[in-house]
Amino acid sequence: MSDRILEVENLTVDIPVGGGMLHAVQGISFHVDRGETLCIVGESGCGKSLTSLAVMDLLPSKAFRGANVLNLADEDMLSAGERRMSDIRGNTMGMIFQEPMTSLNPAYTIGNQMEEGIKRHKNVSTAEARERAIYLLEKVGITGAASRLSQYPHQLSGGLRQRVMIAMTLMCGPNLIIADEPTTALDVTIQAQILLLLAELQREFDMGLILITHDLGVVARIADRVAVMYAGQIVEQGTAEQVFNRPTHPYTQGLLECIPIPGKTDRSKPLGSIPGIVPSLIGKFSACHFAERCPYAMDECVAENIDMQGAAEAGHEYRCLLDNETCDANARKKGVA
Amino acid sequence: MTDGSIKSRTGVHIEDRIIDEPSPGERARKRMFSHVGFMIGGFVLLVIIALAFLAPLISPHDPLDQQLARKLIPPIWHDHLKVTWAHPLGTDQFGRDYLSRLIHGSQISLLIGFSAMLISGVIGTALGVAAGYFGGRVDMVVNFLITTRLSMPVILVALAVVSLVGNSLTIVIWVLGLLIWDRFAVVMRSTTQQVRNLDYVVAAQAIGCSVPRIIFTEIMPNIVNNLIVVATIEMAHAIILEAALSFLGLGVQPPAPSWGLMIAEGKNHMLFDPWLIGIPGTALFILILAINLLGDGIRDVTAPENRN
Amino acid sequence: MLIYAVKRLSVAILVALTVSLLTFSMIYLSGDPAMALAGEAATQADIENIRRVYGYDQPIYVQYFDWLGNALKGNLGQSHYLNSPVSEVIFTRLPVTMILGASALSFGLLLAIPLGVLAAMRPNTLIDRFALGLAVIGQALPSFWFALIMIFFFGVALRWLPITGSDSWLNFVMPSIALGYYITPAVMRLTRAGMIEVLSSDYIRTARAKGLRPSIVLFKHALRNAIIPVVSLAAVQFGFMLGGSIVIETIFAINGLGQLAWESILRADLPMMQAIVLVLSCFYIILTLVADILNAFLDPRIRVS
Repeated sequence: MSDRILEVENLTVDIPVGGGMLHAVQGISFHVDRGETLCIVGESGCGKSLTSLAVMDLLPSKAFRGANVLNLADEDMLSAGERRMSDIRGNTMGMIFQEPMTSLNPAYTIGNQMEEGIKRHKNVSTAEARERAIYLLEKVGITGAASRLSQYPHQLSGGLRQRVMIAMTLMCGPNLIIADEPTTALDVTIQAQILLLLAELQREFDMGLILITHDLGVVARIADRVAVMYAGQIVEQGTAEQVFNRPTHPYTQGLLECIPIPGKTDRSKPLGSIPGIVPSLIGKFSACHFAERCPYAMDECVAENIDMQGAAEAGHEYRCLLDNETCDANARKKGVA
Repeated sequence: MTDGSIKSRTGVHIEDRIIDEPSPGERARKRMFSHVGFMIGGFVLLVIIALAFLAPLISPHDPLDQQLARKLIPPIWHDHLKVTWAHPLGTDQFGRDYLSRLIHGSQISLLIGFSAMLISGVIGTALGVAAGYFGGRVDMVVNFLITTRLSMPVILVALAVVSLVGNSLTIVIWVLGLLIWDRFAVVMRSTTQQVRNLDYVVAAQAIGCSVPRIIFTEIMPNIVNNLIVVATIEMAHAIILEAALSFLGLGVQPPAPSWGLMIAEGKNHMLFDPWLIGIPGTALFILILAINLLGDGIRDVTAPENRN
Repeated sequence: MLIYAVKRLSVAILVALTVSLLTFSMIYLSGDPAMALAGEAATQADIENIRRVYGYDQPIYVQYFDWLGNALKGNLGQSHYLNSPVSEVIFTRLPVTMILGASALSFGLLLAIPLGVLAAMRPNTLIDRFALGLAVIGQALPSFWFALIMIFFFGVALRWLPITGSDSWLNFVMPSIALGYYITPAVMRLTRAGMIEVLSSDYIRTARAKGLRPSIVLFKHALRNAIIPVVSLAAVQFGFMLGGSIVIETIFAINGLGQLAWESILRADLPMMQAIVLVLSCFYIILTLVADILNAFLDPRIRVS
């Protein structure tokens, strides 16, 4: 078995809406290796969450998924039926959701909900499942783990519930965890704790982790690689070092301009902002999706679809017509490189 | 994005992707005309109302006129010797024209349904709005009244009261009206609770508007949709109850052509002349169905998010 | 949980007392009960005599407390017509009505809940439209007419089922359907709406993300939560059905409480009427009380707090 856990090529998600077809995810490709954290960043509505649901095959029933390649540990998930997918979900691939307050069933105890997954996938006794649940609850930093098992979700705080969700996802020892904005709904002070916990567990259990977020500060701390999404496309992808230190795409540069980075940001200048709004993704249109808001937009930008091109270093690519030198020069001018 | 198109900064037109948004009123009208149930229900109800108003003009015969010589003529679709176009729906066991009785019967159903709905609507809305608006003690008392009312079986109490007080159209209307206000109160209470915490109601309170003014100008317009929907449900309810009371012999009294009474009278001849109960029952079914479809339609058209 | 139960119980007792007061005052609806009882041919002396024997000369509140005290002891008075204790007659008739109510409820729930679940699983498909259509039609069918139609087809034309009586279980088939279909629309709609809401909830997505079998997701995770409001509704509707049994029992000549009520009303047997209203109301109050407590038990958010 290779180290490549997830391989996605040309993934699309289309959703029929009142006025036509919403092309929510437009042919994105990425991969995750064992022990690697991939952060997908982008603003709300850019297709991050749908991407993760598409990988899990948990899209709403009216949404259509398409892809050239969708492999989990060399197994083709495109040809896997619903039965096979349900064997994979929660077993070798788990997901943590945004809303800890509503992601647990109010009618059942924590223990019940933690144990049912492992009993479904692995041949374990109730006692073994319980033991594993207690072990993992302690791992995620919950005190009095044994007594928590008989509690109901409404008796726990949001932070605790998200810790329970994380422990629950780890029950079967998955190869890949997808965390979809796991801290958005939590208090700021809890957010960092939960994310660092995730990063720590990912290292300890040597899993692949896809973290979906719009918090660039978090990305900078825990990402191995970063994919920047804008309006249904990945506009820049590379190692965290590449994306943060040599951002090439004008959107990435704009994003980085918006956050203060110690030692880099010019204190005398106000923080940047990106004018304009995200285009509607209903109906086909061939143009650079960012052209509307891009300070460097040219006539060619709206004439055709823009393809990814390689940057100076291997593994770093971006979706823009400008050549690499120009991009680097722009980045330096903006003070984000 | 109000100008209907996006001008790119480079001066290039990308695509006109913004559709002109219709106003809420236009959208409601569009939904109304495309809502099959609403249109059918409304149309049928209008026809029945027209029949009721025009009954004396369009009935071929006097609904009370007994001609024992021509009794139990079957309706025209029956293959029978006595069948005649003079009595398209036949005659009953007293030789009264069934079509005329059916047309006049719609008057009774609509009158009782509408009046009882009006009485119960006034009681229930007053209680419900008061409970929802004032909350606290008032809410507790109203809730208690609703629970008490619900615990008493409607048909049984109605029958008992009518039998004790005596039965006339007016009494049946009042008894039903005084009994079926519960749904109005329940729905108006919860709707008012939702509306009263909205910003503009709080604002009206803050600038010192009087309570009646707030209730009538700020709250009522926002709960009137739900009120109409409940009104249709309760009108249908009252019509069914009247028919049941008359069927049991304690509602409208013979020889009045109430549909429930017609079914009761036809019951004894059901074996050989099933149309005697089939025709008034179908009329009752169509009327209730039309009112329910209209009510469901109003709910869907005014508040599509409340579907299901 | 205990505090909740106690609170709920005290409300129920208060409601029952109010209902008893209303029921008691029924006798004054027709004016002077002694005069009504004595009949038209009675002399003034007869009326006075009756007034004294039945205690109608006492102050009204004394009469009420006497009546209530006796009722609490199980003495609901003497039937004017049957000349036997009201409670005795009621308790011989009650089981028949309970059997009818229970089988009607079972029929209604067994039709409504699966249909609501199926409709919610496939919204806007053929099965959903069928279920909604059935609900719309069901709501518009007067139960007494529906009963007559069934009698005509299954009793008279096809001769499959007996038309009247309450001797064998076959006698209960048509009345149960006629009475039970009445609750189907409401229960079906509530089940459907509840299931649609629950199925789109985050915890169902979590359950699917755990790779659980669809049947477990549906029954363990979804239905369990969607059924909670249905329990209350079913209790309320069961109470309504007992009230509605007066019509159905009369049509099918079933020897239950409903028919007894109708007969008593025709005979102006006041103590019997009062007692039946009181018994049915109290039954409804107990039923909703049990449903609320059952609800609290099903919902850990109420139970464990």
